[in-house]
Amino acid sequence: MEEIYSEEQKICKIAKATPETVGFLLAFSKSMAVMKCRNLQFETVLN
Amino acid sequence: MELQIEDSILVKNYIAGDEKALETLINRHNQRISSFIYSKVMDRDITEDIFQDTFIKVIRTLKRGSYSEEGKFLPWVMRIAHNLIIDHFRKNKRMPKFEGSDDFNIFSVIKDDKLNAEKQLIKDQIDSDLSLLIEELPEDQREVLMMRIYKDMSFKEISENTGVSINTALGRMRYALINLRKIVDKNNIVLTN
Repeated sequence: MEEIYSEEQKICKIAKATPETVGFLLAFSKSMAVMKCRNLQFETVLN
Repeated sequence: MELQIEDSILVKNYIAGDEKALETLINRHNQRISSFIYSKVMDRDITEDIFQDTFIKVIRTLKRGSYSEEGKFLPWVMRIAHNLIIDHFRKNKRMPKFEGSDDFNIFSVIKDDKLNAEKQLIKDQIDSDLSLLIEELPEDQREVLMMRIYKDMSFKEISENTGVSINTALGRMRYALINLRKIVDKNNIVLTN
């Protein structure tokens, strides 16, 4: 059945980012910080 | 009835350090933004990449405090996605990509002219065997053959260099090839690629 409907899925225009991508973005957000020093801003990404 | 917190409040909370607010924002608009990107690029993997790049930009802008809240979070994100889609097409125009399908494979039309490692080894072996066979030829025939094959000289040039007529040069070349074949047959040498 998966084989039969695989072409149909390609035509379907409704798309959704995978949980992995969402997870990556949330992890990126948590790891990223902006430091302000005088008038300068520094981005840091902690692993 | 579930009460939905407005985007503007979620954005404000996120800037204040509430990471959960970002999760809510992404999940709330995931389908709409992804479908918008997919409708333009028609490729799920590229959609995923552009979605990711869009939200990386969103996160960086929000964390830097460069976002001015005017109650238009979704249109703002859509605009970022739209610009990234344009970037994607511009990049692809500079470097067109071709992907084969099950029905058609580009490598059936375009071939690499270079020999593979095995064939190259065989060719090298044949070349070295042939140079040994050429050594067996009489001096005058060897000279003409070397000039014609290895130095790519015309018979006119060969005749000028050796001081013989063109016909003599042609004849020496002919006998050189006949003698080479004889040596090959006599010694049962196989020269194939």
